[in-house]
Amino acid sequence: MIRTCTAAAVIGIIMCALYTGPAFGLSEVYKDNIYTPGNLKPTDSTLTVAVGQRAPDFTLPSVHHGMVSLGQYLGKKNVMISFIPAAWTPVCSDQWPGYNIVQDLFDRYDAVLLGISVDNIPTLFAWTNQMGTLWFPVLSDFWPHGKTAAAYGVLRSNGTAERAIFIIDKKGVIRSIDIHDINVRPPLESIIKELEKLNR
Amino acid sequence: MKKNIVMAAGIIAALILFSSGYAVCASPPAAGDVFPALQLPVPSGTGDKSYLGIRGGNTFMIPDVKAKVVLIEVLSMYCPFCQREAPHVNEVFALIEKNPDLRNRIKVIGIGAGNSLYETQVYREKYGVPFPVIPDGDYMFHKVLGEVRTPYFIGINNDGGIPRVFFSKLGGFQNPAEFLDQIVRESGL
Repeated sequence: MIRTCTAAAVIGIIMCALYTGPAFGLSEVYKDNIYTPGNLKPTDSTLTVAVGQRAPDFTLPSVHHGMVSLGQYLGKKNVMISFIPAAWTPVCSDQWPGYNIVQDLFDRYDAVLLGISVDNIPTLFAWTNQMGTLWFPVLSDFWPHGKTAAAYGVLRSNGTAERAIFIIDKKGVIRSIDIHDINVRPPLESIIKELEKLNR
Repeated sequence: MKKNIVMAAGIIAALILFSSGYAVCASPPAAGDVFPALQLPVPSGTGDKSYLGIRGGNTFMIPDVKAKVVLIEVLSMYCPFCQREAPHVNEVFALIEKNPDLRNRIKVIGIGAGNSLYETQVYREKYGVPFPVIPDGDYMFHKVLGEVRTPYFIGINNDGGIPRVFFSKLGGFQNPAEFLDQIVRESGL
């Protein structure tokens, strides 16, 4: 009987660990201000660009860096675009703060990061203020709503964007695309691996 | 008849324990709780293994750590609060290590919720974190610990018997010395 009970307790813990609901380790910095949308359809859009193609140019307002264009980095910097679905949601809120502590890695690969969200500037201002001082521009693709996300084929049917990473070289050519499961944060090492390839 | 009663009691007890094991999903460990029997991966660095007092194997449990008290910080490389708090936690570690009464009696372990090994290494390097940080890329340990927000601190009495939680707190602390005093006091060291 003791053996049965012990096994039952262990199985309970294993079942708990294997529970497959949405998982995120949300920072206490956001307190109770994060809206949890639950488990979403992993992807919900049709990509309109491909690796090897020229990246669609855009000019968008940013929270702290004025108007920012992709074209301004042509011939100067590699660019990583990080589309996130929406401000004040769980996975997004714990994504860019990680990139914020690895500017040296981006510098190593002569790359800049552009964060893009379909939220408006005031929302992005309030949200990213919780993250500390971000070294990279945060761009608003709010109006015309999701125009840039649509140009890349990552605008979802509900008006949010995919959790997507595009890596673009100095010639403006797309070198890597990761349309990630919206419920999961892309691991940093997969991004760094793609940045490494730019220098080969 | 007697056999049937024993069997029924066994099934009921098993169901209760199954539920209690599963219930840890819902809430963080509280003071007085038995710390869940997590099978943590043994860190690859010899310094980390030596610090924890673990020799071999692929996994270890809290009772395997050579210390009377284990302080766990559930953190994340992606957590701005953890990033800000990192120097304070490092200071707690330093205060422990330079106090001969506490050194080897309190060990600090980080659990990187949702962090891969690479991400825990980036975090450690960025903030000079001197204690082991265990990767938990698929949130397996995080779920068992009640999916706490980060940073979260759990103090565990680990004095030979069943590891028991004596401290469980969300968020940071302003004063490392006061925090350590609280840990020492509440652990009964």
